[in-house]
Amino acid sequence: MDKNQSTGLLFEISRPGRRAHRVGAPDVPEIPLETLFPGEVLAETPPALPELAELDVVRHFTNLSSKNMAIDCNFYPLGSCTMKYNPKRHERIVALPGFGAIHPLAPDSVSQGILELLYGMQKILAEIAGLPAVSIQPAAGAQGELTALLVAAAYFRHKKDYRTRVLIPDSAHGTNPASAALAGFEAVTVKSRADGLVDFEDLKLKVDNRTAVFMITNPNTLGLFDGQIAEITKLIHDAGGLVYLDGANMNAILGITRPGDFGADMMHYNVHKTFTGPHGAGGPGSGPIAVRDFLEPFLPSPVVVKTNNGYALDFDRSLSIGRVHGFQGNIGVLVRGYAYILTLGPKGLREVSEQAVLNANYLLALLKDAIEVPKGDRCMHEFVASARLLRREKRISAMDICKGLLDHGYHPPTVYFPLVVPEALMMEPTETESKETLEEYAKVFKAILAESAETLHHAPHTLGISRPDEVAAAKTPVLIWKN
Amino acid sequence: MSYVANTESEQKAMLETIGAASVEALFSPIPESLRLRRDLAIPGPFAEQDLTRVMGRIASNNRSVDDLVCFLGGGAYDHFIPAAVDTLSMRSEFYTAYTPYQAEASQGSLQAFYEFQTLICQLTGMDVANASLYDGASAAAEAVLMAMSVTGRQGKIVVAETLHPHARQAISTVLANLGPRIETVPCPGGFLNPTEANLALDDTTACLVVQNPNVLGGLEEMAELAQKAHAKGVLLVASVDPISLGILKKPGDYGADIVIAEGQGLGNPLAYGGPYLGLMACREEFVRKIPGRLIGQTVDRNGKKCFVLTLQTREQHIRREKATSNICTNQGLYALRAAIHLALLGPQGLKETAISCTQNAHYLANKLLASGLVQLEPDRAFFKEFTVKLEASVACKWTPREIVDRMLKEGYLAGYPTGNWLVGKGDCLTIAVTEKRTKGEMDQFVEAFARVATH
Repeated sequence: MDKNQSTGLLFEISRPGRRAHRVGAPDVPEIPLETLFPGEVLAETPPALPELAELDVVRHFTNLSSKNMAIDCNFYPLGSCTMKYNPKRHERIVALPGFGAIHPLAPDSVSQGILELLYGMQKILAEIAGLPAVSIQPAAGAQGELTALLVAAAYFRHKKDYRTRVLIPDSAHGTNPASAALAGFEAVTVKSRADGLVDFEDLKLKVDNRTAVFMITNPNTLGLFDGQIAEITKLIHDAGGLVYLDGANMNAILGITRPGDFGADMMHYNVHKTFTGPHGAGGPGSGPIAVRDFLEPFLPSPVVVKTNNGYALDFDRSLSIGRVHGFQGNIGVLVRGYAYILTLGPKGLREVSEQAVLNANYLLALLKDAIEVPKGDRCMHEFVASARLLRREKRISAMDICKGLLDHGYHPPTVYFPLVVPEALMMEPTETESKETLEEYAKVFKAILAESAETLHHAPHTLGISRPDEVAAAKTPVLIWKN
Repeated sequence: MSYVANTESEQKAMLETIGAASVEALFSPIPESLRLRRDLAIPGPFAEQDLTRVMGRIASNNRSVDDLVCFLGGGAYDHFIPAAVDTLSMRSEFYTAYTPYQAEASQGSLQAFYEFQTLICQLTGMDVANASLYDGASAAAEAVLMAMSVTGRQGKIVVAETLHPHARQAISTVLANLGPRIETVPCPGGFLNPTEANLALDDTTACLVVQNPNVLGGLEEMAELAQKAHAKGVLLVASVDPISLGILKKPGDYGADIVIAEGQGLGNPLAYGGPYLGLMACREEFVRKIPGRLIGQTVDRNGKKCFVLTLQTREQHIRREKATSNICTNQGLYALRAAIHLALLGPQGLKETAISCTQNAHYLANKLLASGLVQLEPDRAFFKEFTVKLEASVACKWTPREIVDRMLKEGYLAGYPTGNWLVGKGDCLTIAVTEKRTKGEMDQFVEAFARVATH
């Protein structure tokens, strides 16, 4: 079935004079604009936006949507992104006027429901983290990281203990060093061992009284839990530093172990991953942070507090780092996360991690004879395979495998990350996928490995387009349509 | 309750294939001393109908703008959202997709974001726009970092006191551990006086950040500020209200170098402050310095037109600590909503919305002035938001905060007490009026205001 009607660019299907949304003339007596504004500020014509009828717009975007893979249509084992099912009940809830149509500057007296929810969410996130103080303000994981590092910087400045370095394992996500630099620190790389865990000897060499923070992802980006974590956090604490946990992989440890219990002092959540806010083709996210009590005074302002008169936003925070975001954060994502956690409860949340780990190990067991998995035969919620040998022996790269999967209706794994594994294919099935989905995927995956290099180099064959020329896109960027 | 598919017997079969005795055995890498051997102390579980009731109760403890007549703005506005924006953005092919790294499987979102970038350029008169940032306040901080990178100037950043305080705070938080000093130019007249601004600018200044209309609602002298900034090699960062561009000149036409905006008003619900939508656009020559995701048009191997994420070498995935920004996600779903909204409005719909806001706001302002209870503060041209100072006869009885609280009982969100944000404005209230308000609502508002203010 062809779904290309009205999918030309909005600007190409535009026709002069077409209208969709109309705003009735105001019912107040009109005053000529020229008398309200100095002439030089008024535009002669409104912006040259496209002109379309309502059906043009509806058909355009409906048909465009069919050109996407999405969780609701396809298995999406994209490592580190936790592409689990997004429950439909959440969407109905957030659309209630009592959540969707409330003003962020309305007095607290008319916002008691949302404040109660956000206060409850702060408590829940503190309990899951094992860290008592929470800021819900950061809008995404990377903003959470930056916020926590700014909190650390403010803490050390307050103690007059001037520390300049943030230590980061080489397997970490690229946002870690970028956030460290933005918070004014020097990022220092710590090596991983052959088995993918932190090289404790290298860490010992690099820890000293300049160390402000050690950032660790645990389970790490290879899907391995670093059992040295208690020794690592002791080493950092003995040197006067703080330990930051990148919570990207919380889906593996909910109710199993808590970052605060294994020595982390600060962490961020990715509510859109772990607690299933829909990913929206690249956001919105929500990246709240949880910290130890001695860091609480430095959290962004405001925080939600409970008083004798109900719930309130507390702006009276003299040591706070200030704001990283307008208003109170990505509330809609937090409402979904709260609904999710309430649905599951404590046992259900632990079951999420148990089943995420079971599914990942099952997929690993189905695939490990077909493709190299360099860092062990067990994993937590995800694992990283390598197409290194395939590339050498058959000229099949990790990217070729991805493109082959697309032809079979599967979203590919995360590719070429982490950087410490050559030709990496990072797979995270999540807990919501069924046994037979994993089996079918494994079967297809193996069949692709048996295809000829020639066929795979030209994949995908069955989508609307073949591989785009990314080099040309970057060399001569065409970022907007021009008439 | 959980969303797990596999039954117990299936789980058992899976464990056999894995060669593990139990699910518990899969967690053996976690030392026993670190295990949590109790249930988390959190609420739940709730079946769907119970959850719906619990969440419904929470929602009913909030008073929405469907219930209170909204004259409150301050960066979040009660604009009308056409039904098609909801219907189309709720296509789960859009909202359950991830970042379009695999271009072949993401042409729908990629094309929509490319259209979004183009629409934002058409709106602002700039050359390049990114595929969105978190929100207006964080976009201001990103714009400042970008200006430092473009100019190579690390000495200071100059901001108008009339810039939204959330933006001012985000800038100072993000810059806290970096080089530049932030100089805030006082605006006692309710706008940034270009002569005063000029005194603050020097050859170490990376940018001047100004909001138009400003936090009090009034228009700034943008063209003159641009001229003063450029004379000293300083970039003008203009924070704008996208709806105002239905009637006001585009920032590109008065010389802005970087344009940022809170895009909430473009089809996105109030939602207690987020998710919102940070807009950013700039001049062509800064394209390799703009933070966030960019979508580009290219061709596939058969020469067919298509879209990809591009210029990713700027991003932290590759540049790591040398990246210009740590931004990873954008606000994809809300950028999509804005694109649909602008496509539905078109030039005439945007103009009508802007005119309707303007006419309503001026009607209400005139009516309030005629009541003799307030005066305009400052008395300058404004768009849809304005600030009034309570006359002494009112101010001696009530603070703006008390008036707001008492107006709630009359069924109104009456505005924002300006003194929370700006010194010397303790007797002021900032009021916003969108195209949704009717003459009847405004007439009754003024009656209620008179009652509340005088009794």
